[in-house]
Amino acid sequence: MDKNKNLHKLTAWIFEQKVVLIFVFLSIGALIASKQSMAFVAGELFTRVARNSFLVLSLIIPVLAGLGLNFGIVVGAMAAQIALFLTTFWGLSGIGGFLVTVALATPLAVFFGFLVGSLFNKIKGAEMIGGLVLGYFADGLYQLLFLFIFGGVIPFRNPDGSPSSLMTPTGVGVKNTLDLTPTVKYALDTVSMLSIVEIAFYIVIAATVLSAVFRLVKKQAVDWKKTGLTILGAAVVYALTFIPAIETFLAADRLMLLRAVEIAVLVTVLWQAGRFVWFALVKKAEFDKKRCLAVILAAGILYALTYVDAIYRVLIAVRLPVMTYLCIGALCLFNQALMRTRLGQNMRTVGQSRVVANAAGIDVDRTRIIAMIFSTVLASWGQLIYLQNIGTLATYGAHTQVGQFAIASLLVGGASVQKATNKQAILGVVLFHTLFIVAPLAGKELFGNAMIGEYFRVFISYGVIAMALAMHAWKKKAPKASLQVVEGGTSPSPKASA
Amino acid sequence: MAENREYVLQMEHISKKYADNQVLKDVSLCIRPGEIHALMGENGAGKSTLMNILFGMPVIHTTGGFEGTIQVDGETVNIDTPLKAMELGIGMVHQEFMLIPGFTVTENIKIGREISHPNLVSRLVGPSMETLDLDAMARDARKALETIGLKIGENAYVRGLPVGYMQFIEIAREIDKRGIRLLVFDEPTAVLTESEADRLLEAMRTIASQGIAIVFITHRLDEVMAVANSLTVLRDGEFVARREVAETSAVEIAELMIGRRVEKLVEAEGEDTRSLSDSDIAVSLRNYYVDMPGEQVKGVDLDIRRGEIFGIGGLAGQGKLGIPNGIMGLYDTAGEVKIAGKTLDLSKLGEALRSKVAFVSEDRRGVGLLLEESIEQNIVFSALEVNNDFTKKIGWMRLYDGKKARAHAQEMVEKLDIRCTGIHQHAGRLSGGNQQKVCLARALTLNPEILFVSEPTRGIDIGAKKLVLEYLTKLNREQGMTVIVVSSELVELRSICDRIAIVSDGKVSGILSPDASDAEFGLAMSGSRKRGKKNG
Amino acid sequence: MAENAKKFVARFGLPRVIIVGFFLLLVVCAGAFQMDLLQIFSDCIRRWGMYGILALAMVPAIQCGIGPNFGITMGIVGGLLGGLIVIEYRVTENAALLALGTQLLGEENGPFLAKWAAVLLAILIGVILATGIGWLYGLLLNRVKGSEMTVTTYVGFSIIAFMNIIWTVIPFKSGELIFPNAGQGMRNTISLASSFSEVMNKTLAFRIGPEGHCLTIPTGLLLFFFLVCFLVWLFMRSKTGVAMSAAGANPAFARASGINVNRMRLIGTTLSTVLAAVGILVYAQGFGFMQLYNGPMMMGFTSVAAVLIGGASPNRAAIFHVLLGTFLFQGIMALGLPVANQFIPESNLSEVMRLIISNGIIIYSLTQTQGGGSRG
Repeated sequence: MDKNKNLHKLTAWIFEQKVVLIFVFLSIGALIASKQSMAFVAGELFTRVARNSFLVLSLIIPVLAGLGLNFGIVVGAMAAQIALFLTTFWGLSGIGGFLVTVALATPLAVFFGFLVGSLFNKIKGAEMIGGLVLGYFADGLYQLLFLFIFGGVIPFRNPDGSPSSLMTPTGVGVKNTLDLTPTVKYALDTVSMLSIVEIAFYIVIAATVLSAVFRLVKKQAVDWKKTGLTILGAAVVYALTFIPAIETFLAADRLMLLRAVEIAVLVTVLWQAGRFVWFALVKKAEFDKKRCLAVILAAGILYALTYVDAIYRVLIAVRLPVMTYLCIGALCLFNQALMRTRLGQNMRTVGQSRVVANAAGIDVDRTRIIAMIFSTVLASWGQLIYLQNIGTLATYGAHTQVGQFAIASLLVGGASVQKATNKQAILGVVLFHTLFIVAPLAGKELFGNAMIGEYFRVFISYGVIAMALAMHAWKKKAPKASLQVVEGGTSPSPKASA
Repeated sequence: MAENREYVLQMEHISKKYADNQVLKDVSLCIRPGEIHALMGENGAGKSTLMNILFGMPVIHTTGGFEGTIQVDGETVNIDTPLKAMELGIGMVHQEFMLIPGFTVTENIKIGREISHPNLVSRLVGPSMETLDLDAMARDARKALETIGLKIGENAYVRGLPVGYMQFIEIAREIDKRGIRLLVFDEPTAVLTESEADRLLEAMRTIASQGIAIVFITHRLDEVMAVANSLTVLRDGEFVARREVAETSAVEIAELMIGRRVEKLVEAEGEDTRSLSDSDIAVSLRNYYVDMPGEQVKGVDLDIRRGEIFGIGGLAGQGKLGIPNGIMGLYDTAGEVKIAGKTLDLSKLGEALRSKVAFVSEDRRGVGLLLEESIEQNIVFSALEVNNDFTKKIGWMRLYDGKKARAHAQEMVEKLDIRCTGIHQHAGRLSGGNQQKVCLARALTLNPEILFVSEPTRGIDIGAKKLVLEYLTKLNREQGMTVIVVSSELVELRSICDRIAIVSDGKVSGILSPDASDAEFGLAMSGSRKRGKKNG
Repeated sequence: MAENAKKFVARFGLPRVIIVGFFLLLVVCAGAFQMDLLQIFSDCIRRWGMYGILALAMVPAIQCGIGPNFGITMGIVGGLLGGLIVIEYRVTENAALLALGTQLLGEENGPFLAKWAAVLLAILIGVILATGIGWLYGLLLNRVKGSEMTVTTYVGFSIIAFMNIIWTVIPFKSGELIFPNAGQGMRNTISLASSFSEVMNKTLAFRIGPEGHCLTIPTGLLLFFFLVCFLVWLFMRSKTGVAMSAAGANPAFARASGINVNRMRLIGTTLSTVLAAVGILVYAQGFGFMQLYNGPMMMGFTSVAAVLIGGASPNRAAIFHVLLGTFLFQGIMALGLPVANQFIPESNLSEVMRLIISNGIIIYSLTQTQGGGSRG
């Protein structure tokens, strides 16, 4: 009886995760067929994950707000590229240049996001096809801007009056590729850990002080003890960085994967132990000890695995750009935190049922526009992260496939048109890009033709989207049909909004 | 004005016009605190308009407002927005559930009214970024659920709950709103099973016992007798009576709801030379079920004689519309349907049409017409597809014969007096009455022996109404066509039909002669005919 | 006066007024630059015939209720396969056909018969393949009612991506088809010079005006285009065609008249796919090349844009819309290229223009039909 139930649960789980499982097997199969070393694939993969995750994560908010897969992130990428072109022209470089680019891209993306959101409000129910066509339409305008207006209408000249080196020899139109090496290449990736700690320190101090000031102004009670402890804690951590050993360790900008795993294991164990002490011993509250132990055990096994030679070699070969990964982590947290706010709850309500949201007094159109603005801005930042890592800007090509690949990644991770999580996004990026790395190589090994693998992965990226859309429509159809003629309106509607 | 303090809500001398259409005329509604007050009337009696006024719905105020006064707790108030009604403590439990299945019970109860506390970001940006206080929300939800006596976890997902619970969550949401004084239940038991309905009535008593007044909109007499303290009956937008339940009977209420109307819509023309026989059956239904959303038929046995005008009446949502729609194959059906003695294969679409049955749908714009096509197309379409009329054969192809079609359409336009600029005018541009005539013309073009007409006069003016009904009678008398009229308007059924079946809760609750008493019709429509007989 | 103008705009549709205006502006510009207008108009007419049938494929699709068929690439691959098979088996070099042609049409026009045989055979194969593909495609679309546009777009993209793999491995041998130097797979662009290049364009073609400065009328091409239009028109007037239009306009209405709506959608989808197969071959013979791989990827968008420009909506389309829309759209393309080159030499301004116009009109028509969610 119990066994049957478990079996049933397992089959249900497999059915639910079928897309993910198919891609796991496909990736592993292609990986084996490609005959590549793990170290190579892992290195490539971590680079690509750093590059692409932010873009994929920017898709989550519109999905939750019921706008479906946002093909309109292409427009965000264009905002990023316009900003990047300008800062490259001005010759801004390094992390400073990068931040200026972000500052420039953000208002542009807000504006674009507003326009896209307004359009989507006019075509409710056709947002996805609308977004896709809008992408092509915007591409036309973008080309018009870069090919004819830049240089043709707005002159871009060097101080001495000669056409800028970014322009084609005629002086009209921007070159096909811009080299970012002298400007913002690796600008974000190379922020050292020391600077990160420093920045974090200042942010914590500022936030604590600001919070206290707010409370004082509003004449609310301030928890001085807590404020003091926070500042003290931050100061202690900051002070630790002045210890020479730690300082030298933190001075690097990349973190060896081995160290990352070790730190993760350590943090997990400490966290669980802390929870155990706090809940079970101090508060004597109900506490899932088994789960706690299991997590610690898992961490232990993970650590033990690092001593396996093959894995060890991979772990010491891969180096992570710390700041980029922190940005990705921060976005995950942001997505999560947003859904715990009033606005996030409104977005979820709108996403589930516009009718109910309207009846509850939520401004549906406004909420949808805000969701689109968030997504577009995040996409523009994501594109900047992508470009600073790539190091060259393909002026007319960098944005074209952004929506396509990001959406395919998200779907490969098991997301659907109506449901997407951070985990699915990250998992999707990993699977999709593993396939991306090894498919051409596998094609070469298996068929003697790298192009087959290349075409295969393109087919996968289109196919998975086609499948997700078809499955969504398929599911949606059933309840819709039973609602066509409702006379007297006594039919139970919850099915309709399901 | 001490007397006014007695009532929590007093709506007095309310009148409302939509353009030239008087929908409410000098209606009053008074409700004491903590009482359950039933608001009764047929479809179109003005119940929903009255509630729209109470809730300050935009549909009232964008069409010129209303006349009369509303007093809450003895104070005259001006309710011009739904928000205002909410602030005054007036809540509504919707007929259709406004719930989100993917949310928990708490989230649904607190929808749009989440409890949150500020954080650093919200202080900078605004309250929309405040963090939700899930614990406080759960506490409130728990309290509201306890008030109505529903024992479910506040963290359960609505998706997994039985339909009967959903109504309770709706109620809990209203209860949770601060200072609720008056709660309107709009036909709450329509979608519930019997035991669920009993639980709901129980919950209503619990709520009322806490001093909250309840307006209970329903047409189920037994429920009113069981739970209400007092009731108001409306008919055709007019106030009929206010009664204390203890001082009245189901029969009296039924009579009040139907009322005697003296108007005779159609004068019988010529002599009735028909001979109707119980052995000559045109349509026979046995254990007949139709799965039409909102109009479910749940086991009907019916015999309709050849050559009669048969009426099918009943309130909206009770299933009368499902009967013809099922026969035409538009919804899934079960059971046996015989047309002129031959069993109809209902799984095959268009089988009824081929058996010389035609249908004029109640949903004129949705099912009855191609709005973007010409009158000509609309008239000849069905005959073209079913009988291959209006086609000419060229080689192996069967092409549309425009000449023949135009001639026929022109003939129909003249015969039925369809007012149009020509047969090429789009059907969508015609008035309701003329659209109905086009639908009728299409059905007649099929040369049917049996004609189902659903809501023949809905939404058309009085002149056209008369013409349509007269024409149906004429078809019956002159061509011997069996006509089955399905309508919510009892008056028109009683004026042209030979017999009238009343459908209630998906079943035939009685077949009555058009001369039967109002009480009989009223009780049959309320589904409590058996009890009515006992009482009367 | 202003009132009249407003009425005219409302009836004719704002985008059409803009596009006709733009078209006329381009004509004036071309005239002002003293360009060879006759040559440009020849180009307009040639493009009109070439793209017409692809746009015509939208009529049955829209009328049967699946809406603008972005997935005509499904039919296009069928047509391409037909063309490839004809080239592989060298139908144009068939000695018997050549001899027969010389006998019937004389020495000079002799090859025409073989070429026509080749192109018609290619069309026949394409039609057979497209019927099968279209039927399956229709079955899929019947299950995704309400989301056809997104699904057709991505199914259309997917088939192109899938065929990319097929083009690489398909075992054709002809040197015309595969990459030279023992490369693997088919060429990107396959020249039709030795098979049926321009066979329709040149049949019965005549010139108005002197050599080099004249209006060329590709009579054969236009006749074929009009013939297909006429056949579709006949079909739309047949019993099935009338039923199909009703099923698309109002499924509930059609059902009430005993029509199997799904079957009608299936027929419409199949017909649309078949027309796409015919359309791509007509296009290829006029162009002189067949483009494989990602070449036909955006053909669906171009065709949808053409009928929409002609005045169709995502719910209703007529053959007149195809004729007008294709002429305007391709006319602008034909005029745009030389005019743009006058402003900025060697630019691809006309490509940018194509992107903006074709996608702009699609978005516009989406906002018109979905507006406020009144139609869902």
